[in-house]
Amino acid sequence: MFVRINILVVHSLIVLFCFYSNNISASPEIKYIVEGDNIFNPLGGLEGDPRNGRELVRNKNKGNCLSCHHLPIPEDDFHGTIGPSLIAVSQRLTESQIRLRVTDMKQVNPNSIMPGFFRGPEKMNRISSIYENTTILSAQDIEDIVSYLITLKTIQTKTF
Amino acid sequence: MRKQYSPFTYITFFFLINTILCSLTPIILHAELISGYEFISEQAKEIQNDDFQNPGFSVIENGLDIYNEVGENEVQCSNCHGLNGNKFIPKSIAQFPKFHEILDKPVTLRDQIQYCWVERLENFPLLYDDIQLLALETMIRNKAFGEKVNVDINEKMKPYYEAGKAFYFTRFGQMDMNCSQCHDIYTGQMLRGQKLSQGHTNGFPLFRLESQKMVNLPQRLRECFRSLRAETFEQNSDEFRNLEIYLNARGNGLKIETPAVRY
Repeated sequence: MFVRINILVVHSLIVLFCFYSNNISASPEIKYIVEGDNIFNPLGGLEGDPRNGRELVRNKNKGNCLSCHHLPIPEDDFHGTIGPSLIAVSQRLTESQIRLRVTDMKQVNPNSIMPGFFRGPEKMNRISSIYENTTILSAQDIEDIVSYLITLKTIQTKTF
Repeated sequence: MRKQYSPFTYITFFFLINTILCSLTPIILHAELISGYEFISEQAKEIQNDDFQNPGFSVIENGLDIYNEVGENEVQCSNCHGLNGNKFIPKSIAQFPKFHEILDKPVTLRDQIQYCWVERLENFPLLYDDIQLLALETMIRNKAFGEKVNVDINEKMKPYYEAGKAFYFTRFGQMDMNCSQCHDIYTGQMLRGQKLSQGHTNGFPLFRLESQKMVNLPQRLRECFRSLRAETFEQNSDEFRNLEIYLNARGNGLKIETPAVRY
């Protein structure tokens, strides 16, 4: 079998002084290995909590997935239509595929509008000084969201 | 008898039509300019259409007050531009930003007001986020209501236009997006409860329902930059001026609807 190891992303930046430490959601030292369009190992070996993941996808300051994707969350009135619907997403994608897409969609499609939620800050242009050397979500947040998304197996509404 | 074509002919025709369609796509995409007015809700449209409900008109009144004030050297705007600005030429207002021969650079309507404010009225310069400057701009731009935007981008304006265009397609901030992705590719799609518009500037300065205040274009762009989590530019920076040239020229042909109401 031919497995192509695409990109080995190494985040070497270390946060020295963080005045906005409560805003910091990043630990850019965590490395991950991309194989094909998968990240097989959980980021940092962390375990996700689907209940928290469901809150993160609604939170406007965190994942804010609802602004672009349709999700089975009836409490929120408005769901975006920019991205594909995520209803029953785990029927189409495996856990490892979802992990790469949440972590850094631009490694799948460089032209994508989707932000890289755990993309290295050194690849961005002109980040605000408040968010310097951070990623949008922490590794734990990514795992929480992934663990939530793989529970979406049917088209029925999922509540916890 | 019906003539028989070989499969090869069909394939050739298929590719020929495909090639034509692909080459036309950029033209088709930008053929129809749609004002941001078409993307707002019915209630917001009602607010914009009603002169009494539209908060922009109180700003215009403020603008007229400032317009009639006497400057440091006993000169006032109406000496040149007529009582209540009735000598303003709508066609000329719709041409901004344009090249200023004396300053040897392009000027927006804001810069032109500032120039008159300092050179003709001999006043102390206004700050770029000054409410007086915003009121004057709204009032003057409103004089060209219904006039088609007509920015000249040839000769001396060309390099500035090209710089603005490059800026439009540059990704910024932690969100790593450029203007084109939202306002060209995903036009008409929903961003939560908000419909993405084509991003035209014919309504500026406008009243934002989200922040409940009047904004001019650089102030709106700064809010865009903040939501992209990017380091913003100054309001009078060359980058924003170039972008304004590109955005206005991109909407050439749209009718000015200052003061508009938008999200």
